[in-house]
Amino acid sequence: MYRGFVTMNKTQKKSGGWSWWYLLFAIQFVIALWPPFYNKAEPYWMGIPFFYWSQLLFVIVAAVLTAVVYFATDD
Amino acid sequence: MQNVNWVALTIFVLLFGFITWLGFAAANWRKGDLDQLHEWGLGGRRFGTIVTWFLVGGDLYTAYTFIAVPALAFGAGAIAFFAVPYTIMIYPILFLVFPRLWNVCNKHGYITAGDFVRGRFGNRWLALAVAVTGIVATMPYIALQLVGIQVVIGAMGVSGTGFVADLPLIIAFVILAAFTYSSGLRAPASIAIVKDILIYITAFAAVIIIPIELGGFGKIFAAVPVQKLLLAVPGPTTTGAYGVYATLALGSALALFLYPHSLTGILSASSGHAIRRNAAMLPSYSFMLGLLALIGFFAIAAGVSGLPEYGAGFKQFGNNFAVPALFLHSFPSWFVGIAFAAIGIGALVPAAIMSIAAANLYTRNIHREFINKKPSDKQEAQMAKWVSLIVKLGALVFILFIPTQYAIQLQLLGGIWIIQTLPAVMLGVYTRWFNDWALLVGWAVGTVAGTTMAVVMNLTPSYPVALGGYTFPGYTAFYTLILNLLLAVILTPVFNALGTKRKSIDETVTADYYA
Repeated sequence: MYRGFVTMNKTQKKSGGWSWWYLLFAIQFVIALWPPFYNKAEPYWMGIPFFYWSQLLFVIVAAVLTAVVYFATDD
Repeated sequence: MQNVNWVALTIFVLLFGFITWLGFAAANWRKGDLDQLHEWGLGGRRFGTIVTWFLVGGDLYTAYTFIAVPALAFGAGAIAFFAVPYTIMIYPILFLVFPRLWNVCNKHGYITAGDFVRGRFGNRWLALAVAVTGIVATMPYIALQLVGIQVVIGAMGVSGTGFVADLPLIIAFVILAAFTYSSGLRAPASIAIVKDILIYITAFAAVIIIPIELGGFGKIFAAVPVQKLLLAVPGPTTTGAYGVYATLALGSALALFLYPHSLTGILSASSGHAIRRNAAMLPSYSFMLGLLALIGFFAIAAGVSGLPEYGAGFKQFGNNFAVPALFLHSFPSWFVGIAFAAIGIGALVPAAIMSIAAANLYTRNIHREFINKKPSDKQEAQMAKWVSLIVKLGALVFILFIPTQYAIQLQLLGGIWIIQTLPAVMLGVYTRWFNDWALLVGWAVGTVAGTTMAVVMNLTPSYPVALGGYTFPGYTAFYTLILNLLLAVILTPVFNALGTKRKSIDETVTADYYA
């Protein structure tokens, strides 16, 4: 597996340093923290306003992104 | 006692009986010497990925969550959905910070956040601040778990006057206290498995069956008043509800893992790796939390607050009665029993972990630090067991004699208080740059300012910060954390320059933070 770029200590072989994969987390934070992205009723899905289904969908997307980071930074 | 729902009550009691047995039997699970604090209070740090998943999930998503989040949606609408972005953000934080914290705690035998801060910054007063904050923030949280039990017992029609009215809660409390005392963290860890399964069954049944009964999601959302459906769009000179929504989510996410019970759950994992894996697996709970928030809207659509048979419940418990009323209205009695048992057992798991966590803090960072500096292993474990009883007794007395509203308000203040430990604990995991006294001043100012702001706002969570003609209403905990951090950053070079002679010692080294 790809190993993250370790800046804290070049000799460290174990997890704990910085990895560029962590930027996927930043995406989650930006989307989650910006209500203008999702504060609307249209389009509805199965009668559910966008505000609700989009955020629930994003829970799944975020879970996938977290899993990607996990596997990408795993030894 | 005329309107007791006997079918529901019987199933509730049977399930409660089962987890009581399980709680005591747990003492022999992955057997360890319960006369050692790390065995009693952390389960010997032996829980693998799966048990940790159940334990942390059972720990973070409390009975009060299941009652209060839908209740907020029921009463206030869209703002309650802040729980979803909140739950999205907690796992990256868990992933990034806590494997490092686990490693250093394992290496040095730390059991609490106070232990870590003591070792990292060599300042027992800073560790005391972290410990006292943790205990004080946890107490009302335990009390709220008991409120969760109280609501479902009331919903099953069990009532009475005086002592008889309080008897069911006292019985539940005695069960909780006894198995926590005898089995330590192993008890909630084993019960968490039952709890999570029951909660999943209940949540999915509610989200599938109730919308069918109500004629589909289209009808449900049509019944929700327009002003509750979305966040109000902010005016030109304010961030309005958007700012409140985002800062509530972020502030709550940052505060979550600082709570002692979260840390206890995390430190009981068998490796930093198990924590990382859990950060990737735990979001399945997030989805359920989002579904649960929707249940508040189901309750609006079902019109339960207008039905005479639930009038007394709403009068006594307010919006917190929305979920129990909806379940009574929508489910057959036997399933109401399962659902209420899920909530009741869902209260016991976090309450047990919270009392253990508070006991660990008192034992390690107050008693051992200031009263008896050289306890034997056995004395230390015994002290923690007694303190866990005292903490729970305090919560019970609180709920029996003080209006519930105070517990809710104190829990809100608890969030503001606990977040003030973030610089020392979470940033401390990454850097030793901060001066320990600067951190202590930041903590003190943040705590006082946050409490004052909350009191000024009549104990509501947000505060309107005005800057240059603009207003930024937001979560008080978040704003006061920024104030705390600013002070710590400004005062660190100042204090370093003033007191170069007695520099505090860091007993950890860089390698301790890696696996």
